[in-house]
Amino acid sequence: MAAAGRTSTVEHVSGKRTVTEGRAGDDADGTGGGLDDSDAVERGDGFDGPWDRRLHIVTGKGGTGKTTVAGALAVALATGGRRVLLTEVEGRQQIAQLFDTPPLPYQERKVASAPGGGEVFALAIDADEALLEYLEMFYNLRRAGKALGRIGAVDFATTVAPGVRDVLLTGKVKEAVNRPDGTRPSGLAYDAVVLDAPPTGRITRFLNVSAEVAGLAKMGPIRAQADSVMAVLRPERAAVHLVTLLEEMPVQETVDGVAELARVGLPLGGVIVNMARPPLLKVKESRLARRGELDREEIAAGIKEAGLEPTPDLVEALAWEAAQHADRVALETAERAEIAALGRPVYEVPLVADGVDLGTVYRFAELLRAQQMVA
Amino acid sequence: MPLLDVDEMLDTERIVVCCGSGGVGKTTTAAALALRAAERGRVVVVLTIDPARRLAQSLGLTALDNTPCEVAGVDVSAGGRLDAMMLDMKRTFDEIVLAHSTPERAQALLANPFYQSLSSSFSGTQEYMAMEKLGQLDATGEWDLIVVDTPPTRSALDFLDAPSRLGTFLDGRLLRVLLAPAKAGGRAYARVLGAGLGMFTRVITKVLGAQLLTDLSQFVAALETMFGGFRARAEETYRLLGDPGTSFVVVAAPEAAALREASYFVDRLDAEGMPLAGLVVNRMHHSDATALTVERSLAAAENLDEHREHPLAAAVLRIHAERVRLASREARLRERFTSAHPDTALVEVEALSEDVHDLAGLREIGHALARDERLEQAG
Repeated sequence: MAAAGRTSTVEHVSGKRTVTEGRAGDDADGTGGGLDDSDAVERGDGFDGPWDRRLHIVTGKGGTGKTTVAGALAVALATGGRRVLLTEVEGRQQIAQLFDTPPLPYQERKVASAPGGGEVFALAIDADEALLEYLEMFYNLRRAGKALGRIGAVDFATTVAPGVRDVLLTGKVKEAVNRPDGTRPSGLAYDAVVLDAPPTGRITRFLNVSAEVAGLAKMGPIRAQADSVMAVLRPERAAVHLVTLLEEMPVQETVDGVAELARVGLPLGGVIVNMARPPLLKVKESRLARRGELDREEIAAGIKEAGLEPTPDLVEALAWEAAQHADRVALETAERAEIAALGRPVYEVPLVADGVDLGTVYRFAELLRAQQMVA
Repeated sequence: MPLLDVDEMLDTERIVVCCGSGGVGKTTTAAALALRAAERGRVVVVLTIDPARRLAQSLGLTALDNTPCEVAGVDVSAGGRLDAMMLDMKRTFDEIVLAHSTPERAQALLANPFYQSLSSSFSGTQEYMAMEKLGQLDATGEWDLIVVDTPPTRSALDFLDAPSRLGTFLDGRLLRVLLAPAKAGGRAYARVLGAGLGMFTRVITKVLGAQLLTDLSQFVAALETMFGGFRARAEETYRLLGDPGTSFVVVAAPEAAALREASYFVDRLDAEGMPLAGLVVNRMHHSDATALTVERSLAAAENLDEHREHPLAAAVLRIHAERVRLASREARLRERFTSAHPDTALVEVEALSEDVHDLAGLREIGHALARDERLEQAG
């Protein structure tokens, strides 16, 4: 099975955290919940409260539902009357799709309300626009910037020198985090900023901008900008959350990502497990199902009792589906142990069989709040 | 909707390119196709970009050595062979530099911070180097078939654009501006810009800093010698992709975003005149008992729960309801794709409940791709 050869890491679990123990299938009452807050709160790293950071960076492997989780986190943070900015930097307009709005311009606009009078604004950050804005803001050079655009200098700066591009993108995020607004109680334009960040494989390079531009710019304005970004990325102000599925590749990337972020001293947040399948079979039934030995007669009797026709084909199909479910749950249990061994706070949101829509974002926001990921 | 004839493609083509957005099982599909072709008797190399660790191990890819090695455990009774390699982007780039320059110039370039940044992290470098490696492998004539996995780009389209983007940069006006001082003195700036030299240097210096400008002109000067080489190679590889011997396989998962990317990609290949073999939709779920609907199944389960009877049957009915719900959403998404692309051949691969990390697993995927699952069940 999937965990073969990796059991050594599981040993840490018992001593450190209990987040996931007992999930394997003893949830036999058929409610299928498995997401009650009591078991997600315990943490082994000394940090015990909700993430009240100013900047939340959400990363994850492609296909893990990073944008959905970032959107849910933004709504969760905004709940109770706060104002939150949700940003993306990869030019894919994923936020607009998630919130069912027209493509976002390079301009902050409100995309959602949160319970209790909260507001979620969104911004798709574009590196070229950010460079022009930067030139204008610091040097009053927008026109010159446009001229540079014509000869490809902007293209160069933002595409070929990736460190410079990332400084511009993260620089804009930093600006939003620090932006003052005297008319608001907090004195700040946003109470929190959520960044739907590049995938796990690139996140450390993306955030560690000072190191990335160090070779290119030892001093000067780009370097200064990079250093000011790093100032926002301190543990008390920011947290990098990783979204994963309970599958081999995403978990492996999450484990690697956590190690890499820790190595360069970037502030680690929680791990959000997406698309978790609540176990619907008891432990013993699971074992039987995986061996193809579920009691066919009992299934047939139950189906008949419920008023359905228990044809052999139907019973066989149902037993096969139960075996698939049990296999999947077993895989998820093994992968969950890998995640638990990281010693990070873990939060879970379930698989949405009907597909993710705006309702899912609000439901996930509630689940994240119930698990005290945010206050 | 036509069905994708995987075996026909594997038996006749020279190059198969697997593309699609990240996290859809592209690498696994590429490896499964390559294994199947090899076991059908062809001499095959699979070029992977970033395989899962244990899949890499099963292919014998324990080190990034940038050259193909034979995969052990492949059934070679039909006369075929499977080699595999993992792309080392930076090393591939370094090799091009070394091959197209004098030793002194090459060393100066390899040490330049701009080169280091470009060769290890330019968003298009990985794509470009994958293409470069493909060209190199093809040029040896050592393999009947090359199966290429493409980098996990943020958008599947980057893959097609990257070579031309790097080409545009290397050929661009900016580069000529930066090279101009060495050739014609400072006045060249003014001529190209149509504005004062002062403004240009002022902006560049302000934004990037003076040191950076120096490194940049060195980088550009060093790179200039290799211009022709780069351009010609990029164009050659691009032509290779449009050849009759090449097939593109677009890989997707039954998720809205992945299928949207697949859709763009199919249109794009069509517009570029690139040969599309078809779409692989991985991780599909099906049910053999769709006649029992989600609603009836859940109602029956609730009925049993109420009477506290037959908990196993109730649990199994809930599992069934969830599976049918998932299967019908996936079918809906796939139908949306096929109605927009009625002529695109398609094959669905059933979701496996466990990860694929050995040749047996790849073989199983190969069976599913070729739709001989009946045979597999018999065996």
